[in-house]
Amino acid sequence: MNSEMTGVIVTFIITLLIAFPLGKYIAKVFKGEKTITDFMSPLERFIFRVSGIDTTKEMNWKQHMAALLCINGVWLIYAFVMLLVQGSLPLNPDANPSMTPDLAFNTSISFLVNCNLQHYSGESGLTYLTQLYVITFLQFVSAATGVAAVAVLFRAFAEKTTEKLGNFFVFFTKTITRILLPLCIIVAALLAFNGTPASFDGKDTIVTLQGDSVQVSRGPAAGMIAIKHLGTNGGGWFGANSAHPLENPSYFTNMVEVIAQVILPMALIFAFGFFIRKKKLGYAIFGVMTLGMLTFMIPTFFSEMGGNHSFATLGLHDVSAMEGKEVRFGVPASAYWQVMTTIISTGSVNSMHDSSMPLSGAMQMLGMMTNCFYGGKGVGLLNYFIFLIIAVFISGLMVGRTPEFMGRKVEAREMKIAAMIALFHPFLVLVGTAIAAYYPQAAWGLQPGNHGFSEMLYEYTSSSANNGSGFEGLGDNNIFWNLTTGIVMLLGRFIPIIGPVAIAGILAKKKYIPESAGTLQTDTATFGIMTYAVIMILAALAFFPALTLGPIAEFFQL
Amino acid sequence: MKKYLLPSIKLTALLILLCAVLYPLLIAGIARLAPGQGKGETLTVNGKVVGYENIGQKFTEDKYFWGRPSAVDYNAAGSAGSNKGPSNPEYLKTVQERIDTFLVHNPGVHKEDIPSEMVTASGSGLDPDISPAAAVIQVKRIANVRGLNEKTLLDLVAKHTEGPLAGILGPSKINVLKLNIDLDKLNK
Repeated sequence: MNSEMTGVIVTFIITLLIAFPLGKYIAKVFKGEKTITDFMSPLERFIFRVSGIDTTKEMNWKQHMAALLCINGVWLIYAFVMLLVQGSLPLNPDANPSMTPDLAFNTSISFLVNCNLQHYSGESGLTYLTQLYVITFLQFVSAATGVAAVAVLFRAFAEKTTEKLGNFFVFFTKTITRILLPLCIIVAALLAFNGTPASFDGKDTIVTLQGDSVQVSRGPAAGMIAIKHLGTNGGGWFGANSAHPLENPSYFTNMVEVIAQVILPMALIFAFGFFIRKKKLGYAIFGVMTLGMLTFMIPTFFSEMGGNHSFATLGLHDVSAMEGKEVRFGVPASAYWQVMTTIISTGSVNSMHDSSMPLSGAMQMLGMMTNCFYGGKGVGLLNYFIFLIIAVFISGLMVGRTPEFMGRKVEAREMKIAAMIALFHPFLVLVGTAIAAYYPQAAWGLQPGNHGFSEMLYEYTSSSANNGSGFEGLGDNNIFWNLTTGIVMLLGRFIPIIGPVAIAGILAKKKYIPESAGTLQTDTATFGIMTYAVIMILAALAFFPALTLGPIAEFFQL
Repeated sequence: MKKYLLPSIKLTALLILLCAVLYPLLIAGIARLAPGQGKGETLTVNGKVVGYENIGQKFTEDKYFWGRPSAVDYNAAGSAGSNKGPSNPEYLKTVQERIDTFLVHNPGVHKEDIPSEMVTASGSGLDPDISPAAAVIQVKRIANVRGLNEKTLLDLVAKHTEGPLAGILGPSKINVLKLNIDLDKLNK
């Protein structure tokens, strides 16, 4: 096997080896058991005391959501105002301007909702102050918000019948102090020692070997790049994101970054199993998600490594798909990253997705359309939970029994919520794309034909899935794109959080029915395949026509 | 919801302090121990900085090894790929022009032998590397221009080839700027 394929496989194995013990650790943190990070507890007590938070007060699901929405509202206003006036604030060595209102609207929402769609370029669109006080800050808290939301799910199924589901602020704060910060310090140090800048010096001007005068953008980037991956945020310090040779200087840092973005989504699945004392269910979910990952990974590898056949018509023998890719990563590591970053909603890129092969583009979009294989920080599991409920319901109908999940009856109210959430994502994506295709200033801006359609479809898929990557050939910094994607991102974040948490809260309150011979087993391979089928069929029904007009049509033209 | 407002604001202020002030300062402090002190590692010739190790440079003169095409002309004030779709006719025309330019500057090289990375723009526009094959194919041109023998240049290319990580992971590559700095030393 060649070294590039070995690199990819080793990367995945290391991810798994880290994610498993990390999952155990996360379960302990949320249970409040002894862990190696107990030295953080004085800091936590200080934070809770000063903020006036009573940690003993447990919340029901509605109170959880109220607290979540309230603090998110505070952040949104704070971020919007900061971006509007950044030009006149300190820590701006490159003298970058303030944002226009529509761009500030888009950017503040984008980072608030863990999407990190960027309609600006980091080098010129932000100051060091906003990179840190707005972007880095939101990357921490938006990731912790997702984890705090999924912790409600943990609590709902750990006990028999309960309304008390822990305290939002405790879950949230501990996610930062016990999980994100310690890991970020490790990853940031690794990056800094391998060439990523971390100092506050501004742009440097140099004369090159050949005698040209050029500038080099820098800044305190390493810390932000660590949280952008560990928090599955994805928004880069530099415009080219993790393709930039300072943001991702070597094959080693590339492994660190792609591992960092996958470990927490994976660990949360194991943590779920450990927390509710049903390890087998955790493994079963992990198995289905890995199958889903491979469903997109394998075609991507074939498509990317097959190269661009148009090059052959130009007379080249080497048709490697190197457009938009970096030599130090090569094609396989770029293909691996493309799939991981889209299924787990990071949206950072180490190659330009717009220039990837048509079928790879289709896989990237499907990754975001399903949006639950490992999935984003916390929200991946919440999305998966929706499909799980639907699978339970359909299985129940098939065997003619009242559907039950973990000892609770799944009834009409929960099913209505689940169905609405499952349809909401396609609704946002397809309606958005349809409007853009019709609106003359938005559509087919720079690239013609089916590829132009793919760019618009990708943009809304990425916005609604809170992914944040883009087919960047789309000229997207204008009022149309800033406003519409801003609204889609906002809806695509909070509705799919509230829905599953509501279902979990409602189920937790119900009478617990002990397992019997007739109970549907949800931790078996059969039920796993059932869930997988539900996810894939729903995605195919909703998105296949749109994909046909975009990447699939382009594939047949090459 | 109102009762959560005040705690939310206070918690936000504390976390800004923790995540946006203290954390980056800590990382900047740690980075001072790293090579380049967290400012980016530079390369010097005769005590003068000629570039950043990780940032590619534009080489258009025949006497230097060329790097890859760039969508930002190697000005690292910004960074970007071309973002052209693989089937875009305008894009394929650009690739054709790059092939033609490469052939004009490298007489004796056959079109079939050009590595695709030499006619495709990188993701960042700042790719500092090329593959060993892309360096070897330029040896003949440089040997002619500089009056050096090809063997010397092939040795230099071999010396600058960085193998896979730990010998087994990822591709081999050559840092073009470092290669060209050493190339200039050969003629002295």
